Amino acid sequence: MGEQRLCYGDPRNGWSAVNEANGMALRFDRVGMTYPDGTEALREVSFGLQAGEFVTVVGPSGCGKSTLLRLASGLLDETAGAVHVDRDRLGYVFQDATLLPWRTVRMNVELLPELHGINSKERGHIASKAIELVGLIGFEEYYPKRLSGGMRMRVSLARSLTLDPSVFLFDEPFGALDEITRERLNSELLALFRSQGFAGLFITHNIFEAVYMSTRVLVMSARPGRIIAEFEIPFSYPRDEDLRFQPEFAQMGNKVSQALRKAYE
Amino acid sequence: MSSEAFEVAEQATLITEESDAILLPEPSSVGGGSKVLGWLRLFIAPLIVFTVFIAVWYLLSWRLLPVVLGRDSPPEFLRAIILPYPHEVVKVAFLDPTNLTDILSGLWLDMRLAGIGLAIAIVIGVSTAIAMSQARWVERSFYPYAVFLQTVPILALVPAIGLFLGFGFSARLLVVVIISLFPIITNTLFGLKSTDLELHDLFTLHTKSRWVRLWKLQLPGSIPAMFIGFQIAAGLSVIGAIVGDFFFGRGEKGLGNLIDLYSNRLRPAELWGAVFFSTLLGLFVFVAFGWLRIRLTGHWHESARAGKET
Repeated sequence: MGEQRLCYGDPRNGWSAVNEANGMALRFDRVGMTYPDGTEALREVSFGLQAGEFVTVVGPSGCGKSTLLRLASGLLDETAGAVHVDRDRLGYVFQDATLLPWRTVRMNVELLPELHGINSKERGHIASKAIELVGLIGFEEYYPKRLSGGMRMRVSLARSLTLDPSVFLFDEPFGALDEITRERLNSELLALFRSQGFAGLFITHNIFEAVYMSTRVLVMSARPGRIIAEFEIPFSYPRDEDLRFQPEFAQMGNKVSQALRKAYE
Repeated sequence: MSSEAFEVAEQATLITEESDAILLPEPSSVGGGSKVLGWLRLFIAPLIVFTVFIAVWYLLSWRLLPVVLGRDSPPEFLRAIILPYPHEVVKVAFLDPTNLTDILSGLWLDMRLAGIGLAIAIVIGVSTAIAMSQARWVERSFYPYAVFLQTVPILALVPAIGLFLGFGFSARLLVVVIISLFPIITNTLFGLKSTDLELHDLFTLHTKSRWVRLWKLQLPGSIPAMFIGFQIAAGLSVIGAIVGDFFFGRGEKGLGNLIDLYSNRLRPAELWGAVFFSTLLGLFVFVAFGWLRIRLTGHWHESARAGKET
């Protein structure tokens, strides 16, 4: 099985020249977010996401991790600083699979191209490829009601893949799954990251998930969220399942864990 | 980029398909047993209740009615003016061609009234709910009056309607529309507003059009709630048609007119026959909409099947 990439139209459309030049997919520049009710969710958050990078943000619950993604996607507007990102090819996977229950797997995967006005023939083509990428061939005509949690998440992934995202945001997508299914989906997502070439920004509170997947891990403090530590993860890709049992992996997890402990103080 | 990585994923996928692909069972295949047995089980309990009901009826008409009502009149007398035996009702109301024709033509009128009135109420109710879901000010301005429709005693309103529209078909229709509008508006509005917030976010990310959001997200999602509203309204529409009959005596005679007539003339057998048919009509529309709801949403909606069982 060779390398496949989903594509339609000109992938460079709307891709800003500046970001293209320095290979930066997403940049937060001293971003602050204070909600209208006065809650300060984020303060002075700065970081960049290079093309081809997979960055994970860990932090205590309620520290504004989700706010980070809502700002990146444009669902929220920052109240200080600036967010630089090209939103034309943005993937966003939510905590829940958020499928339309009245649509089959195939129709759910076709939703985003449909909303972007892609004609039905091309839509079908794109959807078939995305369904193949997440290993759901044979389940196209199933309704979400009959799928397990892990399979629903795969449909959700496939749906975002149809837009061939250059930046992919993940908001604790596997948080509700059992440990084994989660590990399996970690590996699959990693393979997709390598084959599809998107830049990933992943939110989780699971340290091992963070270390296993990422090129870099950022640790956020409790509210107002600030980035208080950053770790380069030195393991080369492709990473196989055995990595989880290596002593270096455990050490790395330990370091992140200690930084995270400080975040609670 | 390594094709190796992709092969790892390929393997992962294969493992997945074997062990993780546990599909939830199709609800209809659960339960087992033959189909005949299932049908029997479905009907046997209601059948027992029906038998008991008929038995109690016989007992009442035969001896118990004077006791229950605390009157001294002989049972034969009460049987003749209040509660005949069930078989007499069948004989007089259903097997006598003249009476049956009267009752069936009354039924036909009420069926048309309820059907057309319900259709109008569905169109008005659903569009009102959609308008309310799209703009807060519409909801704020009109919702109080929708509640007003629900709380106004329809019996008090009917004579006034007669003054405006006369005592023909259109006045009766208006009664049906008024009585069945509220549950349609509230249930549809509830359905439209209870869309998952993350799904709203998904649509916000990918479309600017409110119509696309309404058409592809909110409306399909509201169908189960909407049909609950239709179902309640369907029962009410029959009541509306018959209540209307009571006030509008001119022209065609509905079941309400007949019930009025039979009770004035002390013809209890025909009276109970007419009551039976009006109940049957209400039951029919209720069941029809319930069936339609499950047909439309049973394959995807979580509660649709459960709803069928209760």
